[in-house]
Amino acid sequence: MSSLAQSHLRETFELNIGPQHPATHGVLRIKVVMDGEYIDRAEPILGYIHRMHEKMGENRTWNQFWPNMGRLDYLSAIAYNHCYAGLVERAMEIVVPERAEYIRVITAELNRIQSHLLGFGAYIMDLGGFTPLMYAMDEREQILDLLESVTGSRLTYCYFRFGGVYNDIDDDFITGTRAFIKRFRPQIPIYHKLVTGNVILMDRLIGVGPVSAEMCRKYGATGPVLRGSGVNYDIRRNEPYSVYPELDFDIPVYKECDSMARYMVRMDEMVQSCRIIEQALDKLPEGPVMAEKVPKALKPPKGDFHFAVEAARGTFSMRTVSDGTNTSYRMRLRSPTYSNVSLFEEASRGMLLSDALAFLGSLDPVIPEMDR
Amino acid sequence: MDRAKIKRELENLAAAGLPAEPVQEKAPVEVQAEGEAGGKEKAKKAEEAPRKNGLIETEYAKRGAHLDVQINPDQVVRAAEILDGEGMTLEMVTGVDWIKDGQLEVIYDYSHAGGQLFRVVVRARVDRNKPDIPTVCHIYGGANWHERETWEMLGINFAGHPQLEHFLLPEDADFYPLRKDFKP
Repeated sequence: MSSLAQSHLRETFELNIGPQHPATHGVLRIKVVMDGEYIDRAEPILGYIHRMHEKMGENRTWNQFWPNMGRLDYLSAIAYNHCYAGLVERAMEIVVPERAEYIRVITAELNRIQSHLLGFGAYIMDLGGFTPLMYAMDEREQILDLLESVTGSRLTYCYFRFGGVYNDIDDDFITGTRAFIKRFRPQIPIYHKLVTGNVILMDRLIGVGPVSAEMCRKYGATGPVLRGSGVNYDIRRNEPYSVYPELDFDIPVYKECDSMARYMVRMDEMVQSCRIIEQALDKLPEGPVMAEKVPKALKPPKGDFHFAVEAARGTFSMRTVSDGTNTSYRMRLRSPTYSNVSLFEEASRGMLLSDALAFLGSLDPVIPEMDR
Repeated sequence: MDRAKIKRELENLAAAGLPAEPVQEKAPVEVQAEGEAGGKEKAKKAEEAPRKNGLIETEYAKRGAHLDVQINPDQVVRAAEILDGEGMTLEMVTGVDWIKDGQLEVIYDYSHAGGQLFRVVVRARVDRNKPDIPTVCHIYGGANWHERETWEMLGINFAGHPQLEHFLLPEDADFYPLRKDFKP
């Protein structure tokens, strides 16, 4: 904290960042008590885009709840599809055909790359550099075209079904994906050359926004935030689901605990996602993409069920309480940035305002997912 | 992290909370039911009765959790301390409205922060007319937002919470939308 803050001359004022501010990536409002240029207290205020998805889960049938899964985290919707599919399949004990699981992994990882690409571009734009966004958008467009050809939508995917996926992938998708990986791989060193080595960026990120592993544990922070704090934790590895155990990939971990570490985790994850996609395409088995005999009117047995996946921003998990009817009795959605951003108040204390925005961007919040 | 130790301590905690008033109060009611109705109805009633305190080892592949423990509301802080000491993280806090039983249930989901696959569910039931439960904010800072959300959605009062104010809902919301008797 500044020396001024400790003196008797201390005078603070309130400042609102957002809800209509580009640096908050949507309609997040942060009420900041400023002490000169330093932050005394920064309180995130949520709820501007709250739609009560949990209540919708209670008054729609299990199948009718599908479209909601695309509207939480609009950047990594397929991971959310994956969680809901996994949850109900766990409750109903549905066995998914292997081909469907591979297709799920391929699309989910493509989705992760495009999410990190937009995160990268938007983050650098927060910090004042516009050009990288154009590079990122160029590549992202390719992924959106690929996913559109198989899922039918470009952003709010509703592609998975209980027991598989609704549409098989074709040869065009496979060759297109391979071509994309081939084209995308050499781009990442270009990004690093263009952005990461830049001295202004390094000055703004290195050492800014320290989040210790202990703080992550106390706040339940996951994903790149946790892995940027030196903890090797990834649901794909630590709580394996789908066919991830059959694929060979690394979990990027950085020990620096600062904004740069979180940025680097995301950049390295894109490389690993490319590896996963390539292997999955190589191993892709023939066969059906939907399980047989999945009832149209689902009635999972009574009880509590929980399922977690690694979305682009961390652990997304769902807990449902089923009472044996065709709707859920309680549907709880645990979104990763909700927990990640909750540590902002503690971590930003005494920070420069400009640093705090660089820090907030490194948490990569997606507001509809926090507000649900 | 010591799985056996967590299991033992939570089991003891649940057992310590067992001889509370609700069990004693219920005993005469059950005797009456036995006298009046047949065995079949009795079995049905037992199935529908709210779950008693205690620890259940659940199958991870089927339920998504390893341990499922129900304790008294005043023991949730002690449970959080036990799990905190073993390096677990609080992943979410949520609630369920069991309107038929006249109770609200608070569910705490714990997982291991170091990457070991171990999930613990801690639950406690509070009276629907007096839904008070102590906060675990001072142990897990992340519980702050989760408890605040549970309060505004279900009206569960987390005693000692630093800021039970509206969060996702509008400031003037005077309803609890996730309660089962909520009418829009």
